[in-house]
Amino acid sequence: MDSKLRAILPDQELLKLYQQMVLSREFEESCAEQYTKGHITGFLHLYSGQEAVAVGATAGLHKDDYILSAYREHAQAIVRGADPKRVMAELFGKATGICKGKGGSMHLFDPGLSFMGGYAIVGGQFPIAVGLAFAAKYRKEDRISACFFGDGAVNQGTFHEGLNWARLWNLPVLFVCENNFYGIGTEVHRSSALADIHKRACGYDIPAVRIDGMDVMAVYEAVKWGVDWVRENSRPYLIEAMTYRFRGHSMADPGKYRSAAEVELWKARDPIVGFAKRLADERIATGEQLEVIREKAAAIVQEAVKFAEESPWPEDDEVYKDIYV
Amino acid sequence: MPEMTYRDAINLALKEEMRRDPSIVVLGEDVALYEGSFKVTRGLLAEFGEERVKDTPISENTIIGVSVGAAMGGLRPVAELMTVNFALLAMDQIVNHMAKIRSMFGGQTYLPITVRAPGGGGSQLAAQHSQSLETYFMHCPGIYVAMPATPADAKGLLKSCIRDNNPVMFLEHELLYNSKGEVPEDPEFLVPLGKAAVMREGKDLTIVAYSRMSVLALQAAAELEKDGISCEVVDLRTLNPLDTETFIASARRTGRAVVVEECWRTAGLGSDIAFRIHEACFDTLLAPVRRVSGLDVPMPYSRKLEKLCIPQVETITAAVKEVLSEKY
Ligand SMILES: Cc1ncc(C[n+]2csc(CCOP(=O)(O)OP(=O)(O)O)c2C)c(N)n1
Ligand SMILES: [Mg+2]
Repeated sequence: MDSKLRAILPDQELLKLYQQMVLSREFEESCAEQYTKGHITGFLHLYSGQEAVAVGATAGLHKDDYILSAYREHAQAIVRGADPKRVMAELFGKATGICKGKGGSMHLFDPGLSFMGGYAIVGGQFPIAVGLAFAAKYRKEDRISACFFGDGAVNQGTFHEGLNWARLWNLPVLFVCENNFYGIGTEVHRSSALADIHKRACGYDIPAVRIDGMDVMAVYEAVKWGVDWVRENSRPYLIEAMTYRFRGHSMADPGKYRSAAEVELWKARDPIVGFAKRLADERIATGEQLEVIREKAAAIVQEAVKFAEESPWPEDDEVYKDIYV
Repeated sequence: MPEMTYRDAINLALKEEMRRDPSIVVLGEDVALYEGSFKVTRGLLAEFGEERVKDTPISENTIIGVSVGAAMGGLRPVAELMTVNFALLAMDQIVNHMAKIRSMFGGQTYLPITVRAPGGGGSQLAAQHSQSLETYFMHCPGIYVAMPATPADAKGLLKSCIRDNNPVMFLEHELLYNSKGEVPEDPEFLVPLGKAAVMREGKDLTIVAYSRMSVLALQAAAELEKDGISCEVVDLRTLNPLDTETFIASARRTGRAVVVEECWRTAGLGSDIAFRIHEACFDTLLAPVRRVSGLDVPMPYSRKLEKLCIPQVETITAAVKEVLSEKY
């Protein structure tokens, strides 16, 4: 049988996508445990269930393309290349954290990786992503700006201002909506008059597409196409990826607004399980090989937790540092 | 030294800096083709072209947000908010983003942004177009606030703000645009942030003020001199960084102080300045510090009523005389 997957990417790349999704899941589930133990405090929004979006999209972007996201962004940072140890240390509030423990779960940032931040004001990242695209275009750099956001964020003024501006100035921005059907406890039809979010791009003369966000290859192919189109035309493009979060909005949310049947329906479409089956069906890897990948990912996460635990707290004099240049 | 208006001094600062540094871009509503609603950006589009001088949609929050992104991406944006009143629509990007990004990301980036915004009352523009919001910005760590009173300071401070790697709110006073003064021609003339100016020396009392209030304070001091009262006038120039040393040293010398602020009195920045003087000079003060402030009301339109709401030369001279009459 001809492999459909191999026609898209070589084996190594396919397995890397799998590894990244598994690492993301292991990381998030470990975060939940560390939160329960009181090691991670504050708000904690987990990404379990949505892995195909971050992984497929990051693979479709170029290495220097900017990525901006909201507060559910651990996986996005790690998949882009952030060290899981330093991300976990950040969540623990330790000095070795990726932002020296000053940002926490919602504010990961690594300019060396062109990972330009997690933002916790819903919709705050739109204008910043547009500004980064403007700077890239002004400086004639070969990079675009990828802006991730939720279905809830599209009712902020910044979404509309940002789309209008990006098209008006013809800036290379890829807007990626992760439509997981809920903004906290509000289902998308209860917040949006037009719940088909990709259609809203029409109002700004921006082409858009809706895709299956539970399928890492679908995300990869759509994003890769979108990235090429944005580059070629220096114009914005919007992708709406339909996805689902398996956990509550944050660790504080028991998720009573969703029926057990609905959650089960989506869990049956787990992006990791589905991709594992395809990899095995197309004989790209055996079940044992995939299990080894999972074990290695679990070990990386364990090491990250150990690193975070053993890391020092920030010194008191850090409190006045890094505010002004 | 040539004489020029406050408006032309700002315009010259923009041009000089743009000539010097190609990473500077100017953006805002009607700043390019229309050359600014107060004509401060006159000639910029002609000299620097539409790549660098950019008209924007009427989207204040996004004007600041785009500036934040552009700054992170290596540019040095100078954004104009048509008036400071519209900054309220941009408070999310100003306070939650521009002021926070460096710190919450652990110092891994910096934002060399200058946000210019004309403001203040006195032109019968009514409640929504006459506000003095400086306390709002001064209250928030992570952004600097500059408020020049003279054309020379307007030029020298703006140049420093543009060169500075921190985000700055550069608040211009609409009633000062036509005021004239000597302005150094040297393109390297800079006024440092965080250094107040003693505009006039005196021995009986210190008046602390900023922006247009400093101009009124100087006029009040000239009036008072006729009555044999010698006032020192300290112009803060920047509210953050705040040069506490200069006004505290002055108040220590004179033993008396009046703080003049155009903003609303309740929780206005003048209470902070007055408190700092009390705290540092309690042992040497000859009378409590007094404040002359904007009234705690939405600005009325009528010329007659508006005048009551904004500190005037007479209200300053009256306050000074009252403080001098007090004995402790
Ligand atoms: C401006 C603003 N309003 C409200 C909130 C509180 N809040 C945090 S997340 C959230 C829901 C956002 O939903 P969505 O954009 O769909 O993202 P998701 O959590 O589903 O990933 C809300 C209302 C906030 N952080 N910022
Ligand atoms: Mg959502």
